Order: sequence, then structure tokens, then C-alpha cells
Amino acid sequence: MVYYIYDGSYIGFLTAVFDCFDLKDKAVKVVTKEQYSPSFFDEGFEIISDSVKAKRVLNGLNKKLKKAQVNDFYCVFLSEDLQAVQYTFDLICELFRQGADILENYGDEKVVYFAKTLKSVGREKHRMKAFVRFKKATDGMYFAIIDPDFNVLPLIFRFFKNRYADQRWLIYDVKRNYGLMYTLQQIVEVKLLPLEKQALATTEVIAFDEDEVYYQNLWKQYYQSTNIEARRNMKLHLQYVPKRYWKYLVEK
Amino acid sequence: MDRIQEKLMILADAAKYDVSCSSSGSKRKNKGGIGDASASGICHTYTEDGRCVSLLKILLTNHCIYDCAFCVSRKSNDVKRAAFTVEEVVEITMNFYRRNYIEGLFLSSGIFKNADFTMERLMRIVKKLRTEERFHGYIHLKTIPGASEELIKEAGLYVDRMSINLELPTEAGLKLVAPEKDHESVRKPLAFVQNHIKELQSESALIKHKPLFVPAGQSTQMVIGATPESDYQIMSVADEFYKNYQLKRVYYSGYIPINSDNVLLPQVGTQPPLIRENRLYQTDWLLRFYDFKLDEILNPQFQNLDMDIDPKLGWALRNPQFFPIDINTADYKQIIRIPGIGRQSAMKIIKARKFGKLREYQLKKIGISYNRAKFFMICADSPFTLGEMSMMNVKQSILQFGNSKYKNTIPENQLSLF
Repeated sequence: MVYYIYDGSYIGFLTAVFDCFDLKDKAVKVVTKEQYSPSFFDEGFEIISDSVKAKRVLNGLNKKLKKAQVNDFYCVFLSEDLQAVQYTFDLICELFRQGADILENYGDEKVVYFAKTLKSVGREKHRMKAFVRFKKATDGMYFAIIDPDFNVLPLIFRFFKNRYADQRWLIYDVKRNYGLMYTLQQIVEVKLLPLEKQALATTEVIAFDEDEVYYQNLWKQYYQSTNIEARRNMKLHLQYVPKRYWKYLVEK
Repeated sequence: MDRIQEKLMILADAAKYDVSCSSSGSKRKNKGGIGDASASGICHTYTEDGRCVSLLKILLTNHCIYDCAFCVSRKSNDVKRAAFTVEEVVEITMNFYRRNYIEGLFLSSGIFKNADFTMERLMRIVKKLRTEERFHGYIHLKTIPGASEELIKEAGLYVDRMSINLELPTEAGLKLVAPEKDHESVRKPLAFVQNHIKELQSESALIKHKPLFVPAGQSTQMVIGATPESDYQIMSVADEFYKNYQLKRVYYSGYIPINSDNVLLPQVGTQPPLIRENRLYQTDWLLRFYDFKLDEILNPQFQNLDMDIDPKLGWALRNPQFFPIDINTADYKQIIRIPGIGRQSAMKIIKARKFGKLREYQLKKIGISYNRAKFFMICADSPFTLGEMSMMNVKQSILQFGNSKYKNTIPENQLSLF
């Protein structure tokens, strides 16, 4: 058993795939530095992220698969689930050896787990498109905090860029401590310092537009008035809007 | 309470019985403004009744010259009345949209003065949103029955979806509770818009930049359980409207009693027929996506759906000669007829079996409802059985071991309908 220790980035992960073929290693486990604990029996090999190698792996995948399918690997990678990431690694290696149709083998445990994780990440991605609630700051910036189960921000920013093309916005993932900001010209990554992040949780670090509370109240009013009491169905309600998402929803 | 907030309270409350919330199916992209309705629909939140909130669904006004007994805004009803101005609707829509609360606007209205006057006012709102605010989000606009064709045609250039409600499934039912209305005034504008969509499609080869005209198509809604139609009658109407007007959706809205003066309607406090509504939607899906013909599910001999089991299972139990289906050899259309197997699982089965005959343990992981499907299918390691199992026993064991969300909750008054 060989442990490939990479830096946690997708480029690092794809570099690991490249090196696996280059070194003709079998039985490889991919782990990040944080996940790795050295053991007496296993070998550890440090992967040095290399965008040229990563690009070659992507090119190889693009030759064998449709664009959306290639993107599926990235989506599952963003699940941050150790098992799913390992299976993604195994499946990519297998498909280079055996052909792309192995991904359709739903009788295989790895494929089923991969498909299941892909669905979960897809669901979370869709939820974040729905549940982001922007607050307007005095300088005209629209600001939202998210706390998603998976690292889906890289999967949703293009959606927001297309939609809110004429307003500046910032979406911040507090769990992973980074955000993406749209400046009307480009998307930039933002990282708050620990102190700033603390302030974010306790007090309002941002001065909000004078109309902000007014529209929040209108939205709360609408949410109440559009509900039909005679059809009350809390089980269904909670299934669609699980409680862990409530803290950033204006209407809850 | 602020006056705008009060208006929103009144006019959202009056609009909520329109169940359509869809925000999908359009092709409108953001062209140098705000908003994009080209992606699939998004439900931004859900109310405590479990219904999705995708659009800001409001009436322009709940003043109405009609007196339809089933409608909360009927002329004779003693409710608070209000009306938004054009600017107010635009302002709220834009501010909600910019905060990512909604996908767009669903705009309907009571009829004040006359149809054209109302339609013209609705048009001004959607026109202002598109041209002045450069808003490219989703707009669903109610067509006002009786409005002039010029107005309807112009509105179609600004909106994504248009709809007109049939209200009651049959003309006879409608006459009972809304004598001033008829189905013809619904058919006419539906046909007009549909013809115009078709015209543009046939011209499109010649024109380079064809205008978007109602890109997400049309829909309608029927109130269920207010008047005594059978499920067969309801679905026959739906089936006909899907075929004749290429509707994208027919919505079924279980009647919620809101009128204690009319003795023909279910009285206030009666439970809305939620299970029946669900069964009708399931039937609708079977017709549109599962290649069922209406007379396989409902026909003059079998007029009402089972309440305790879904219509696909009901069909399977009545047609034992169709089963068991061998999932390792059957084609897609046969596999989706197995109760407990949906379209996605059927596709997975078709793909997976290329790698070898599928066995029970694999099927269980693929995402089908195995405990239901097992009675109707065989796979590589199914035990060999002699003779046919009685469908009566199959139903019993599915009901006994299944965990239907309606288990033990089917009230007596919903089993027999009238």
C-alpha cells in the first residue's frame, strides 16, 4: 500500500493520478497532509502539485468523456468525503485502463457510491443557489453568508455572476473560511482574518442599507401570507428546508 | 403596519390559491441587465404547508366584478380590498430579486372595470420590468379571459409563461358555482397563444433573431373537490388540454373551503382532499412521462383512483398478465411500468446490465423501492416460483410492510368520494 499525500487541492489530486501512472503504482491511497498518519508498514509519497500534469490528466478525461462528466469528478472531489475522493481516484485510474463506460456499471459498489455522492453534492449546490440571502450594505454591495455541507462555492459562483451581473456581491463560506466577491469586472477570492471572522458572528461588521430591514420585513410578511394554514404539513416543510439552513434564512 | 406591507399581506393571501410555482422551462438569458431565467427553476424557500416559494405570487388587486362562489376575492365576500400601483409591484419585485429571495414574479389580478382595463395594467408592469429595469428573471402572467388579442400578444413578448385557469373541471360544475363564467373563454386565449407560438416556430427558419414569445409555454389549473366530478372526468379534461393546447402543466388544486354561504360547496372546516390531489398528480405524471394512456388508468368502468395505493401500483394489480418483468432483458418502457422503479433507476438498470446480469443485492443499492418492485420483476437470482401470486395478497403485503406516508391517515370521508 502506498499513501499519496497531496495538498488538498484539485490540482494536487489530479497530479496524484498522473504520478500513479508515471510510477506504475498499484493499491494507492490518496490523503491530504492533515488526513495522513504515518505507519510502519506503509509507504508515504508526497505529491507536488503540478498544473501541467493536472492539465494532462484533464485532457485525457476530456478525450474519453463529455464535458459534464469530467466536471462530475470535480463535484465529487468537493464533497471532502475521504471515501468518495478515494473512489473518484480509483475510477479515474480504472477508466484510463479499461475505458469510459465503467462509469455506467451501477452494479459496482464504487460507481454507486460515486453516483450517490454526486447527487448529494448536486443537491447542496442547488440548495445554495436557493438559500443564499443577500443583504445590501450602505456601499451597494450585496453580502451573504453560507455554511454548506460540501464545498460548493466553486460550483455556484458562475450562476450568481450571470444572474447578478449589474450588482457587486460577496458570498462567504464561514465553514471553510473563504469567500468569492464579484466586483462587476471579475471574481476575486476573499479571506477574512480570524478576528474579522469572529466579529462577523457576533456583531454587525457591515453597515446595512437603510432599506435593508424594510425589505426583510416585507419578505417575512410575504412568507407568512402565502402560507395556507389548512394545508399545514410540517414534515414535508422540514424535509425541504432542514433546520440546519434556517440560521441564514431571513424568513425563518 | 406600513401600507405597502398591508397590501402585500392582502394581495399575497388572495393569490395563494393559485398553485403554480414553476419557474423552469424558459430560455431567457441575462443580456446586459439583471436576472436569468434560462436555468432550471429554483424553489427559494418552502412555507409550512410544504409548498415551494419560487415566485413573488401576488394579485395586482383583489377588487373583482365577478362573484365566483369558490373564489376568496368574489364580489360578495366581506374581505379587505387593496390594489398595488404599477411602481409598487416593480419595486418589490426588483428588491426581492436582488436579494435572491425569488426567481421572479407571478402576477394575477381580480377583474376591475373590465378585462382589457385589467390586462393593460398588468402589461404595464411586465413591460416596465423588462424595458426599464432590464429584468431578465422569470415572469408568469395570468391571461385575463376576455382581454383583446392585441394586448395578449404584446404581453406574450415580455413574459415567460402565461396561464388561464379552468377553475372547475367541467362546464356543468362551473355553471353551478360561477354562472358568469364558461370554459370557452379559457379555450379561446389558450388557443390564440398556442397558435402564435407555433407560427413563430415555423417562421423561425427565416428570421434570424426571432422574438421570445411565452418561451415557457402555458398552463392551467382545476379546483378539485368543490364540485362532484369523478377522477376520470378530471383527467379526461386534463388529457384533452395537454393534447389540444400543448400545455406545459395542468395543476390540480384541492379545494379549501372558504365560503359558508354556498350550500353546494364543501363547508368551511372540511379537510381539503390532499390525498386525492396527490393521486391526480401521480396520474398526470404517468400520462406525461411513463407512456401510459389515460384509459389504462381511468375509464368509464373505473372512474375513481384508489386512495390507499398509487395509480401505477393500482394499474399493475389490475394487470397481472403483464408481470413479472425480467429486468435483465426487458426494454425501458416495460421497466418503468414496474411499481417501485422510476425513470432514473430504469436508466441505471439498462446501463448496468451491460456489465453482467443484475442480482438482488445490486438492485437494492441502485435506488429502487425493492420491497414493492420484487412482486413484479425477476432478476438473475430470483427464486423460481410456480404459478401466479394472487394480486390481492400482493396488495396486502405491500400495504402491511410498506411505509406509505398516508398509512393510517386516510380519513373515512376520502375513501368514498361523494
